[in-house]
Amino acid sequence: MNQALQFPALQALYPEILLVVGAMALLMLGVFRGDRSTGAVNGFAVLLLVAAGILVCLQDGTASAFHGSFVSDPFARFLKVVALIGSAVTIVLATEFLSAPHRQRYEFAILIMLATAGMMVLISATDLIALYLGLELMSLSLYVIAALDRDSLRSTEAGLKYFVLGALSSGMLLYGSSLVYGFTGTVEFAGIAKAAQNGGLGLTFGLVFLFAGLCFKVSAVPFHMWTPDVYEGAPTPVTAFFASAPKVAAMSVFVRASMTAFPGIAEQWQQIIVFVSIASMVLGGFAGIGQTNIKRLMAYSSIGNMGYALIGLAAGSPDGVQSVLIYVSLYVAMTLGMFACIIAMRRADGPVEKIADLAGLARTKPAMAFFLAMLLFSLAGVPPLAGFFGKFYVFLAAMKAGLYTLAILGVLASVVAAYYYLAIVKIMYFDEPATPFEPMRGELKTVLAVSGLFVLLFFVYPAPLVEAAAAAAKSLF
Amino acid sequence: MYQAIVFLPLLGCILAGLISLAGARARFPGGEPSEFDHGHGGHESHAAAHDAHGHDDHGAHEPAAAGSRFAELATTALLFISMLLSWLAFVKVGLGQEEFRAPILQFITVGDLKVDWGLRVDTLTTVMLVVVTSISAFVHLYSIGYMEEDPYRPRFFSYLSLFTFSMLMLVTADSLVQLFFGWEGVGLMSYLLIGFWYHKPEANAAAIKAFLVNRVGDFGFSLGIFAVFYLTGAVDFDTIFAQAPALSGKTFHFLSWDLDALTVVCLLLFMGAMGKSAQFLLHTWLPDAMEGPTPVSALIHAATMVTAGVFMVARLSPLFELAPIAQSVVIFIGASTALFAATVGLVQNDIKRIVAYSTCSQLGYMFVAMGVGAYSVGMFHLFTHAFFKALLFLGCGAVIIAMHHEQDIRRMGGLKSRIPFTYWMMFIGTLALTGFPFTAGYFSKDAIIEAAFVGHNPMAIYGFVCTVIAAGLTSFYSWRLMFKTFHGEPHDHHHHEAAHEPHITMLVPLGALATGAILAGMPFKELFAGHGVAEFFRGSLTFAAGNKVLEEMHHVPVWVALTPTVMMALGLLVAWQFYIRRPDIPAALARQYKPLYTFLLNKWYFDELYDFLFVKPAMWIGRTLWKRGDGWLIDGFGPDGVSARVLDVTRNVVRLQTGYLYHYAFAMLIGVAAFITWFMFASGGH
Repeated sequence: MNQALQFPALQALYPEILLVVGAMALLMLGVFRGDRSTGAVNGFAVLLLVAAGILVCLQDGTASAFHGSFVSDPFARFLKVVALIGSAVTIVLATEFLSAPHRQRYEFAILIMLATAGMMVLISATDLIALYLGLELMSLSLYVIAALDRDSLRSTEAGLKYFVLGALSSGMLLYGSSLVYGFTGTVEFAGIAKAAQNGGLGLTFGLVFLFAGLCFKVSAVPFHMWTPDVYEGAPTPVTAFFASAPKVAAMSVFVRASMTAFPGIAEQWQQIIVFVSIASMVLGGFAGIGQTNIKRLMAYSSIGNMGYALIGLAAGSPDGVQSVLIYVSLYVAMTLGMFACIIAMRRADGPVEKIADLAGLARTKPAMAFFLAMLLFSLAGVPPLAGFFGKFYVFLAAMKAGLYTLAILGVLASVVAAYYYLAIVKIMYFDEPATPFEPMRGELKTVLAVSGLFVLLFFVYPAPLVEAAAAAAKSLF
Repeated sequence: MYQAIVFLPLLGCILAGLISLAGARARFPGGEPSEFDHGHGGHESHAAAHDAHGHDDHGAHEPAAAGSRFAELATTALLFISMLLSWLAFVKVGLGQEEFRAPILQFITVGDLKVDWGLRVDTLTTVMLVVVTSISAFVHLYSIGYMEEDPYRPRFFSYLSLFTFSMLMLVTADSLVQLFFGWEGVGLMSYLLIGFWYHKPEANAAAIKAFLVNRVGDFGFSLGIFAVFYLTGAVDFDTIFAQAPALSGKTFHFLSWDLDALTVVCLLLFMGAMGKSAQFLLHTWLPDAMEGPTPVSALIHAATMVTAGVFMVARLSPLFELAPIAQSVVIFIGASTALFAATVGLVQNDIKRIVAYSTCSQLGYMFVAMGVGAYSVGMFHLFTHAFFKALLFLGCGAVIIAMHHEQDIRRMGGLKSRIPFTYWMMFIGTLALTGFPFTAGYFSKDAIIEAAFVGHNPMAIYGFVCTVIAAGLTSFYSWRLMFKTFHGEPHDHHHHEAAHEPHITMLVPLGALATGAILAGMPFKELFAGHGVAEFFRGSLTFAAGNKVLEEMHHVPVWVALTPTVMMALGLLVAWQFYIRRPDIPAALARQYKPLYTFLLNKWYFDELYDFLFVKPAMWIGRTLWKRGDGWLIDGFGPDGVSARVLDVTRNVVRLQTGYLYHYAFAMLIGVAAFITWFMFASGGH
């Protein structure tokens, strides 16, 4: 009894607690001050996210809470920092969107903070209950943000589609979790690993359903169908958010669950991951070619990129996990830069999102065109840009694990995908200029420049990221 | 001095070439050569050209480049200097018992292969030097008049001089490789000059044909050079000839056959000669080459380049003397050509083609002489033939100019009164060609026929029969040409009225060559075919120990000595009967023997045969590889196919994205179901 009254050790949770409490406080601010407070809420939200990031960095070693269902280890901290950066930058990118009089909604930043808190729980989850809690906190926030632009038919449609399909995937995930619990008698990853040494068809069924739910979150084929519609329909800053931080969180839980809960049946889940990875890369490459809307294009790009990240997971080795972490970090950096450009695609009469609208950008806005071109080359995997190293590490891990077919198919798919990245460069540099865009806002310029310089100069000094990723990967084994 | 002979024409070529290039720049200042755009910057220079030289360009479509006249005069003058030096060399080397060797440059030294540039001037070479530079000099002079309306004269003279240089490199070659260099050089210039009027499709086709047919021969020639190097380890003549006697009896083992090495080598080398000298089977390019300007026909396709094959066999006489089977082949091909070309010449109507077939036929005579071992006699005919055949061609050119570029003898007639000088010059040429007593051709042709009669080669008698018959046919078609062109009634009164003697620069060469056609025989008879051969040619020709042809040919029966003359008279009489006395007979004969007539008129259908055997299949292979191989297979399954399939896949994938929620949910469930099914079957139901 005495023990029950003892205040639980919550050091591991300080960043999450900060975020949640801060979100509540900002909510109060918003409720009492109304939409006029949007700017202030945004500012505080960014500050809180940064503060949470600092708290994450201050943690050390491995600490757990709630009887081991929540853990703060180097792996979690690495990904939390990436997710927090993604969230904070998203709020910055949304500044302009939220400044329009009819769109002044303080809820945006608060929902992002709550979603981020959910992600952090998800990243740290070491049992199925915490996993589901974090996932739902993140997802429910995302559903609402997708429909943030309530007056826009497309935005509401996107939100609704995302919600319905998300619910279906959550159902699958829960069903899978219950099967796993049924066949192993525990929800803790470590316990499942111990009980699942010998596998069994029932456990495999549970694994399939569990993975189906996770695949939905990382938008891997064949659970990707929501992605293009939601990306296109949601307001652009929201899309930027969808494409960055939640992907990091979902990928992290994917990795942690596979490595810590199911090492005994690695052979089974590897088959799933290999298939899903190939399908995602191929579909991301082929379907992207047919797009005219740049947000839809980014949807397929993210599908393809998740496919590449999954290659590292399929390798199932420390090298593989390291490569996933590197890939995801670089992907977030490139995606945020891309979306800074997409948000900057506005003319006097409103935002545009057709690829053709970029025609001749090199002559109307040379600097923007240059950085965008660098980001596109990086996404296509052209050395020496950052994207090349991301692909290099995952392919290397796959080769070391003997997954030659996967690596070769990955390279071939990247050739297909390179087509649509390079096509945009061609449109920007060789086509006749279209009407110029409005001047780019300062915060967008900053994000684009930082992102562009990062991909451009990553090869000069890659050690910090690579070593941090290596340390993070080691903590899982 | 000897270097000057060879390199003066090269100097002329470079001068004229520079002028030609400058002219091209002036003509197309924008660097955009176009048939219709003469450019603006060119006008001043054209005007300057007119002021400076004041020459007349009547009828020119466009003015010639500045300096054209200088190019003409410079090249011609250099050639005349070269000619004078050649005659000097002829006297010094041929009569003065001097020989000259001059290394020029090291060329290739790789392992055992050592090739150097060098000049080798012996009697055989000086005979060729005299022929080449004399004919070339007069053709240059003649061209000044003949080409006066052409705006691209500098280019023409540059080509002519470069051709002469290549030919001189060929005849002064010290090694097979240098010979091959000259050989290919003259082939290239032949191509460029036949196609000089490149806006004429027939000229381009003829140029390509000449080049391609020669490639066939050159393929054999190069294989021959390789074989020689394989056998002797050297390509220079001295080493090869020194080793030649040791090679007899050696064999090549090839596909289970043992072939006599020297025979194979000689046949391969002779294959090159057949191509260059337009011998039977590889002759088809020569008549078509008449599309080129007439001076080119006279220089290249009558007097010099086509005799390169004959020269080559003479130069390689140390090898051929050791390969009797190869000699038989040479006689057979030569004799067949002599007869075949003469039969075709009987019925042709294009004035230049008649002479072209005549050339072909006369080259056959020379090869007969080479085959029976009477090398000096063959060279004699080469020497005399160069003069009278060049004369005939240049005469034809004068007729063509007079008739305003009409070449069909059926539309000529009665020109004797309009252009008497040209007529008499051609009359002399025809006398020499048909072997009228005491003209140049009489001595050399009779000598060949006599040599063929006494030759010991089993094939020699075939050579004798063919050459005798061909002599009659030669006489007939030559006089037919003369009678139809100059005698009888004019068929085209308009042109007939306008016909006039050509420019003086064209008449002088006619006169000079006519002199040669008369005088090239008698004074040189003893040197080439008489008792002075050994002393004149010395080491430059080799006669095997048993080769007594030159000795025996002086003791032939009288009827043999008279036969050629009788045949000549017979041909003349028949031609006179057919075309002067009873002009209706030829038409009646042609009707009566129509199959034979069309067979001859169509040149034994060789073009059609080759078209069927080689051209069509080659076109088919090319077209198949292009359409099916490249277009269908490589493009279809390669770049185009891949990109098209990518787009197909894209289209289908995009179509999957319907926007309907239940489709998306369905896809997810199908995905899960597929995984579960996979594990149920793959893991064997555990």
